[in-house]
Amino acid sequence: MLNITEKILARASGKKEVSPGDVVFVNVDKVMVHDVSGPGVLAVFEKLRKKGMVIDKVWNPDKVWVAEDHFVPAADKISAQNIVLLTNFTKQFGIKKHFKYGMGQYGICHTLSHEEAMVLPGEVYVGGDSHTNTTGALGAFAAGLGHTDVAYVLLNGKIWFKVPETLFFKINGKLPDHVMAKDLILKIIGDIGTDGAAYKTMQFGGTGVSEMSVESRLTLTNMTTEAGAKSGIVEPDQKIRDYLAARGVTRYDEVHGDADAQYEKIYEYEGSEMEPIVAKPFSPENTVVARDLSSVELDKAYIGSCTGAKLEDLQAAAKILKGRTVKIRTEILPAAMSIFRKAMDEGLLKIFMDAGVVVGPPTCGACCGAHMGVLAKDEICISTTNRNFPGRMGHVESQTYLASPLVAAASAVTGKITDPRDLK
Amino acid sequence: MQPFTKIKSLATPLDKVNVDTDQIVPKQFLKLIQRTGFGQYLFYDWRYEQGGIARKDFVLNDPAYKNSRILLARDNFGCGSSREHAVWALDDYGFKVIISTSFADIFYNNCFKNGILPIRVPDDILEKLFSTKSEIEVDLQTQSIKADGISIPFQIEPHWKKILLEGLDDIAMTLQHEDQIVKYERSHKV
Repeated sequence: MLNITEKILARASGKKEVSPGDVVFVNVDKVMVHDVSGPGVLAVFEKLRKKGMVIDKVWNPDKVWVAEDHFVPAADKISAQNIVLLTNFTKQFGIKKHFKYGMGQYGICHTLSHEEAMVLPGEVYVGGDSHTNTTGALGAFAAGLGHTDVAYVLLNGKIWFKVPETLFFKINGKLPDHVMAKDLILKIIGDIGTDGAAYKTMQFGGTGVSEMSVESRLTLTNMTTEAGAKSGIVEPDQKIRDYLAARGVTRYDEVHGDADAQYEKIYEYEGSEMEPIVAKPFSPENTVVARDLSSVELDKAYIGSCTGAKLEDLQAAAKILKGRTVKIRTEILPAAMSIFRKAMDEGLLKIFMDAGVVVGPPTCGACCGAHMGVLAKDEICISTTNRNFPGRMGHVESQTYLASPLVAAASAVTGKITDPRDLK
Repeated sequence: MQPFTKIKSLATPLDKVNVDTDQIVPKQFLKLIQRTGFGQYLFYDWRYEQGGIARKDFVLNDPAYKNSRILLARDNFGCGSSREHAVWALDDYGFKVIISTSFADIFYNNCFKNGILPIRVPDDILEKLFSTKSEIEVDLQTQSIKADGISIPFQIEPHWKKILLEGLDDIAMTLQHEDQIVKYERSHKV
């Protein structure tokens, strides 16, 4: 009667079974920090050292990995210094998996987690970032932690969790061609609200999900954070096995829920009835169908982030932008170098440049308002990212509309929010 | 960290829902690497106009709440980025208790790691607290909030209560007490 999340947590805590509400100490398989949480964790280490604690090793350097994503390319002197800090940290503790900006593969941490198969089915994965949930699409328990908790994991290799209740989202039937996983997850968040899954796991299944690519599933789990979820998860299947095999990984210990697994609640959606959805400022739950916003004039389109700049996101944008030109400033930032390269090999970069788009390096960039094209006061942006809180992408009085790459690209062409079906 | 005892003060009413951690500490301050001193950046964009002039209409700038140690918030407080800087800023500013109808998960956990008590109360209780003009007393031992002469009980996970009461916020101490915490949790299961 256990679902996949309960089974993973039971296995990781050495128990036969666990129930929602139980507090369990689990062994962690992988832990990640980036250039914001890494320095934060080091500040916690510093506090402990001042109290006399000796910190000269992490529990297992082979299970720790590091990404440089929020403030690369170094946005200013302090962020440059933080990269130096991260480099010293990985050197000191013998951490080999450090994806460095300017040295081959690097990118947004959540994208690397699947592109580089850093996390595998059945594992417990924690990271110093709220969108760590993303990686649950591979069939792992993946959750974000604060700096003190990450510091604890780095030293001890375990952490406690309260076993979450699971909400099951059953998607029947395939999404239409003009609809992406982003539309579906925005629709769900609009329905349940930004705290609709607070402290809970959101699990996705049904034929709509098994038909979906791995990258699409990652969009679903990525955005579970915006519904307040502790984690998001999809049961691993042949598509996951193929995806990992293409990355050279075939050995792992999959976990599946029991046939009679229990869920707190089951929601059903008809995939074929889905429409392009946009979340208006200033909340991801503020959703309407894209066509209702066709009079909204835009200043900018942003196609980037762990949510909306995976290879298929870029392919979707290219499908729209091919042979067209953009009417507003448009930026496309592939989420990792491996994706950037594939986009080049497939000729997508040429399509983007011919359309007048600027293509930038992988980075969290303007998604979190860090740099690389942040918004001015009163500017209005359509974005494939995951948050549109006040000031998220720049000035506190700028506005962000969240959308799929198809909608963002179509809107870039017309300068207004546009359903891809309405593009001439 | 000091063990958590009773806290008594006026409660600062922050009448906004879905306050995300970027409102609590804006992104431009995330690059700072020391753990202390974040209080000056708390609610920065709401507290200050451009040029660092205090906004008179923002509640933190109301002299009446200068020594407040309790923050009243609304639904889904602390959503968004997992940045622990948000809790460090609240702590550094002087808030030791946050009362709301709901909190975002990572933020909620981060509070306990830094000696802050987040309390969840039902809507009607929160409204009552928002309307009170006198001091509020929060007693963790008895799990009660005293306001306007009445006592309101609140729930808290047993292991979090123990951590705060004994000041076990610190990683090294938490590790020493791991077995006890599990045992305690088992014997006090709600």
